Amino acid sequence: MSAPIHIRPDETFTLNVGPQHPATHGVLRVKMEMDGEYIVKAETVLGYIHRMHELMGENRTYPQVLPNLSRLDYLGALGYTHGHVLAVERAAGIEVPERAEYIRAITVELNRVASHLFWFGAFVMDLGGFTPLMYAIEDREYILDMLEAITGSRLTYCYYRFGGLYNDIDDDFIAAAKAFIPRLRKSLKKYDGLVTGNIIFRKRLEGIGPISAEMCRKYGATGPVARGSGIDFDVRKNEPYSVYPEFDFDIPVYHECDSLARYKVRMDEMEQSLRIIEQGLEKLPDGPIMPKKKPKLIKPPKGDYYQAVETARGSFGIRIVSDGTKNAYRFKLRSPTYSNMHMFDEACEGMMIMDALAMMGSLDLVIPEIDR
Amino acid sequence: MSLTLLNAVVAVVIAIGFAALNAAYLVWAERRGAGRIQRRPGPNVNGPFGLLQPPADGIKLMTKQLMIPGGADKALFMVAPVLAMAPAIMSFVTIPFSGSIVAHSMNIGVLMIFAFASMGGLAILFAGWGSRNKYGVMAAVRAVSQSISYEVPMLITVITIVMMTGTMDLKELALSQSGGFWNWNLFPSLSSPLMPVAFLIFFVCTLAETNRAPFDLGEAESELVAGFHTEYGSMGFGLFFMGEYANIVIGASLTTILFLGGWGCPFGLFPGVWWFLLKIYLLIATFIWIRWTFPRTTIYGLLNLSWKILIPISLFNLLLTAGLLKVF
Amino acid sequence: MGAYFSEIFRGLQSLAIGMGITFKEFFQPVVTVPYPYKTIKMSARYRGHIELIENEEGTPNCVACGMCQRACPSGCISLASKSVEYEVEVKGEMKTKKKKVLTKYNLNFTTCSLCGSCVESCNFGAIEFSKEYNLASSRKEDFHFDLLERLKERNS
Repeated sequence: MSAPIHIRPDETFTLNVGPQHPATHGVLRVKMEMDGEYIVKAETVLGYIHRMHELMGENRTYPQVLPNLSRLDYLGALGYTHGHVLAVERAAGIEVPERAEYIRAITVELNRVASHLFWFGAFVMDLGGFTPLMYAIEDREYILDMLEAITGSRLTYCYYRFGGLYNDIDDDFIAAAKAFIPRLRKSLKKYDGLVTGNIIFRKRLEGIGPISAEMCRKYGATGPVARGSGIDFDVRKNEPYSVYPEFDFDIPVYHECDSLARYKVRMDEMEQSLRIIEQGLEKLPDGPIMPKKKPKLIKPPKGDYYQAVETARGSFGIRIVSDGTKNAYRFKLRSPTYSNMHMFDEACEGMMIMDALAMMGSLDLVIPEIDR
Repeated sequence: MSLTLLNAVVAVVIAIGFAALNAAYLVWAERRGAGRIQRRPGPNVNGPFGLLQPPADGIKLMTKQLMIPGGADKALFMVAPVLAMAPAIMSFVTIPFSGSIVAHSMNIGVLMIFAFASMGGLAILFAGWGSRNKYGVMAAVRAVSQSISYEVPMLITVITIVMMTGTMDLKELALSQSGGFWNWNLFPSLSSPLMPVAFLIFFVCTLAETNRAPFDLGEAESELVAGFHTEYGSMGFGLFFMGEYANIVIGASLTTILFLGGWGCPFGLFPGVWWFLLKIYLLIATFIWIRWTFPRTTIYGLLNLSWKILIPISLFNLLLTAGLLKVF
Repeated sequence: MGAYFSEIFRGLQSLAIGMGITFKEFFQPVVTVPYPYKTIKMSARYRGHIELIENEEGTPNCVACGMCQRACPSGCISLASKSVEYEVEVKGEMKTKKKKVLTKYNLNFTTCSLCGSCVESCNFGAIEFSKEYNLASSRKEDFHFDLLERLKERNS
């Protein structure tokens, strides 16, 4: 039943999923041409939450753009700010103290865990199970509390600065993070029993929503979506940045190409992030969190700069073309879910609407990040 | 007992009252239970333990305007909620709560309940079609195919029991299991060793027939918004809601009578209505527990489960029981 | 045939495991906070909207340099000042000097994104984050804060 059916029926009807629909987690609209429960053709329509972040990046000074980057992806904001500060630091040639880089790595990984936890809950809710969301949110709350205590905000952190950090972490944070790691490991076991092993859950995902490696390459998909299709690519390993080469961690890769593979990649990634956090807290050096020498006004020399980072959703790239002034000449954001989402149109053809929406959940879409 | 007019009126009033009270407070119980499972308190602000929440919800639903979407089939749209509620109340008439508490005992009680239960599918179809909503139509088609495919194993299981006891009267069915829990149909007997499996099948079918999670495909909110009652607000929605819970009570009552000895005590002492109520509410608690644990199945997963697993096994059970009844 | 039954059996087993987990959770204590009746203390670094800080004399620390205004990405701070002359004793002589005094400090909270750039850019320790998070109103005007006014209110 699950195999896609490629027929051209005589009569179809159009179903508008979204922009206000419980399954799209935001204002994404999918125009579906349906033959009963089967999707004949789907077309994703974007632009309902476009805020011109790239233009803002060109009209404002570099420090003024900082808060914008947290607004791209509200679930894993730190990863995106990390990319931005790394890009500007590369452009302006600012040295970052080691302690600051370690703290960045720890907080980014915490944020990645928070993002994956929320995705896990929302994904199971897409499949109709409401309770795991509550458990996941409870675990995520610990991370948000920790990050709030050091950054002052729960969602749109704006924590990194060019050259370092806004605030140093304290002993409370380290103690809380150390206590959180065994807690989450216990919870992950609980999720395995409650969700991963569940027969209904497996039946809904196994072999459903196939996305081949070839298709991933065609659309430029990255992150857990690509890794669920057997592409062993992670910016943290392939183009190491920050202090990631210092850490010992694995990149989970699954070759099944189905929704379950993408689910498993994310669940395994949480464990790997915990390992990074553990090592980071172990190795955390003392020292300043801001460089001694830092230009007062950030004016990168003329040139073209690019920096990619691995966020919770995939590879996020930021390109800055500087003309030597305090504003960027071109500020281009390459957001991972934009590429991931466009596979939906092709992948869902011939699927039933239930499976298609389950597959959409497994792509982990955050709409403000697609629209920017 | 002859059914005089007064008798009938009293019975219907009691049935409506019981159904409405159950619907209101089962919603409360469901929300409290879901809250505890999810480690939050659930509704606890209105009244002690939130007990005044159901009346508040009821008043809110009743005071809202009934909207009829443009282009909807007005007659069907209005009839559907009533049709969802009425058969549920009618079914109460024939359910024996104890040896003496039954509105109207009839010798084909089982058949009557199934006949009324099938009308629920019609109500969903009317609602989905009448509201002129694509989600509604899809949900209605799903719900109808679901209720048709689950009636089959359910009825086969019931036939097995009817064969064993030789009666279709609910009262007789319950009385045949009196004396203690070893007499219940839940446990394997000499003539029917697969009875626990039959119970499981019947239980799953009850979940599916009442559109409960994990089989709530008719109102799969993550893909079909709210399914067949997407366009309903106000008391139209309220009636669907009450009908759903009334159906749950009937399903639990039927399971109790067919498998759990009706109003009989597990140890043969003090049989009475309290045992019956205890049993049905335990079953309903299990329904709630299941709903808040599992994700939803797919429509083809659901139909596969019925046609590939439940129907073959229940048919096998029927044949086995028939054969063994002949032998012993 | 064996695979058929073992699949059914394993499926039932997985369902039972799931139900066991929710059963255990049912008896765990509640983890939520009943919000309007009970609140959580905000962390020390919580970034609310900004407030002016006063010195010992009860006047704001602000010297109206306008750094915060320039740092703000969304232009939600507007301030005005006037020069006042005052006399100080320098080396035994009385001299008149000019000083800027803050006359208006408005925060348009509707466009503020709580990034904290203003607090960071301030070299005089004149603004801080408030711990207020309970801001709700049906009128836009309620979020045009006059911070000088608020400072006076706090003092009285």
